[in-house]
Amino acid sequence: MVFLSYLISGLSLGSVYAIIALGYTMVYGIAKMLNFAHGDVIMVGGYVSFLTMNSLGLPSWLAVILAVVVCTVLGIVIEGLAYKPLRSASSLAVLITAIGVSYFLQNAAQLLFGANPVVYIPVISGTISLFDGQLNISVVSVVTIAVCIVIMICLSAFISKSKMGKAMRACSEDKSAARLMGINVNKTISVTFAIGSALAAIAGVLLCSSYPTLMPTTGSMPGIKAFTAAVFGGIGSVPGAFIGGLLLGIIESMAKAYVSTNLANSIVFAVLIIVLLVRPVGILGKKVREKV
Amino acid sequence: MKKKSFFADRTTRRDFMTYAIVIICFIALSLLASNKVLGRAQIGLLVPVCCWIVAALGLNLCVGVLGELSLGHAGFMSVGCFTGITVSEAVSNAIPDPTLRLIMAVIIGAVFAGIVGFLVGIPVLRLKGDYLAIVTLAFGEIIKDIVNCLIIGVDEKGLHIIFNASGTKSASDLGLAEGGKTIIQGAQGAVGTTTISTFLGGFVLVMIALIIVLNFVKSRSGRAVMAIRDNRIAAEASGVNVTRYKMIAFTLSAAIAGAAGVLYGLNFSSIVATKFNFNTSILILVYVVLGGLGKMQGTLIAATVLYVLPELLRAFSDYRMLVYAIVLIIVMITTNNQQMKNLFLKIIPKRKNKEVQ
Repeated sequence: MVFLSYLISGLSLGSVYAIIALGYTMVYGIAKMLNFAHGDVIMVGGYVSFLTMNSLGLPSWLAVILAVVVCTVLGIVIEGLAYKPLRSASSLAVLITAIGVSYFLQNAAQLLFGANPVVYIPVISGTISLFDGQLNISVVSVVTIAVCIVIMICLSAFISKSKMGKAMRACSEDKSAARLMGINVNKTISVTFAIGSALAAIAGVLLCSSYPTLMPTTGSMPGIKAFTAAVFGGIGSVPGAFIGGLLLGIIESMAKAYVSTNLANSIVFAVLIIVLLVRPVGILGKKVREKV
Repeated sequence: MKKKSFFADRTTRRDFMTYAIVIICFIALSLLASNKVLGRAQIGLLVPVCCWIVAALGLNLCVGVLGELSLGHAGFMSVGCFTGITVSEAVSNAIPDPTLRLIMAVIIGAVFAGIVGFLVGIPVLRLKGDYLAIVTLAFGEIIKDIVNCLIIGVDEKGLHIIFNASGTKSASDLGLAEGGKTIIQGAQGAVGTTTISTFLGGFVLVMIALIIVLNFVKSRSGRAVMAIRDNRIAAEASGVNVTRYKMIAFTLSAAIAGAAGVLYGLNFSSIVATKFNFNTSILILVYVVLGGLGKMQGTLIAATVLYVLPELLRAFSDYRMLVYAIVLIIVMITTNNQQMKNLFLKIIPKRKNKEVQ
């Protein structure tokens, strides 16, 4: 029973990582950049929903929608202002710019909302008791897992079936060839950022509902973990990010429960290192042949 | 015919100019500090600036010269820092002279960081690109967590080390004899360290790191490393032992970062392991990238300016990190955007490089 409850909390945490990792991996697949500011978009999503519920007193479903809208716009603005001018620059230059954006978001949040953590009121509350109260699962965990699965299915369908999804795949394969085929590459990249940021907003709401402290640096550690999850599953691969996220969440939860709370992160990273040594491109990553 | 002198080589001339400028800066700053022109706050910046310069030089060797992105260099600094503190505190009775102790701590700290760098390098250097970057990040975080669990004390019997994985142990579990002292207290970090780092020490370390790095780049090994960076397959086909030279560069880079860590750790009376986290690695990386990959002179300037900049922006108080972030983004965009570059080229005609390198 205890094991089962750890497994479920791990799955729920893993679902959050998976949702964030999807954003990372989509952006990487298309723009070939590590968007380190992604974690901070989660934090923005958390604050927007928090303020809508607490300061404006609006219902929680509206808070979620507002968070998604704000983060989507934020994602497009960041991409347009900071990353678009660097389309042809080296990947390191883009990486440092992304770090600059991350600093900017964190410090802007600190100025606007203060450095002290606020207590987030979960969007959904309550627990489900199973097996005569031996197993208590919070509703948030179940909702998180369900939302993650729904997102995964919708995203897969979107990428494989829709016109925009096809354009995304074409851009990630070869940008100049895609442009020759009449695909608007810049628009496709903007849409990718928009989707990634919308997912980050949802992840932010779910994360803060499970772990109800919110501060300007809330997003950075989950961001790094989700990045790890994306690499774990093979960066650039959408199902890979899903599997990587879930596995990472379960490993972290188990390590916390059975090994050591202090070393839980280390165990997660150690597993990542071992996986990458066995499969240097992640679980579902594509192997790229090196040409001379 | 031009007479071939020692300084005829352009890079040698530039290297000696760099040394000269660093020495002049040191003398000028020392004079300013001793004449009370600099305030206490400014004097407090001198040693950390040296530390970040050295760490950035080490990282530039890895990112710029070897061409592998490392996101975990703070981990090597951490190893150096806590090894150095342990050494310095453990021998404080045997060797009362702080200068000697600092030298000893820096050497041992650098060696330890080099060993860790070597061990980390074995798995890391088998990977490529972003996968390599994420694994260095992972190692950086693991080192941080491990150091965070260490409790180290010393008494007349020698060092006592326990590993506090459960989080329940404390310094009293060390079983120290009468007169023993704890050096590192797990999550509380190293407390009550005698601060023995000096600006002179920092300057000497910067000079040593500069000499090592600038000469390494010109050496046979350095050329091999750069050949690997530019084209691994071609280098391998030309008979360069890729693994060996990658290892040399990575280990050296880690050892230099470790030396910087020792200097940093011994500059503060207390320091915690979480100081050397992912953000610190990124901070050093920003110095390296803004200074220019593989350009040590650029690293010197970038590390100094970017470390001092937030302090100069104190007038903006709360807004200073925001300003820093905006400056960072604008600098990256203006220096890397193709249209901006073309604009600059129109304004400043490019120097013709007549000499064959």
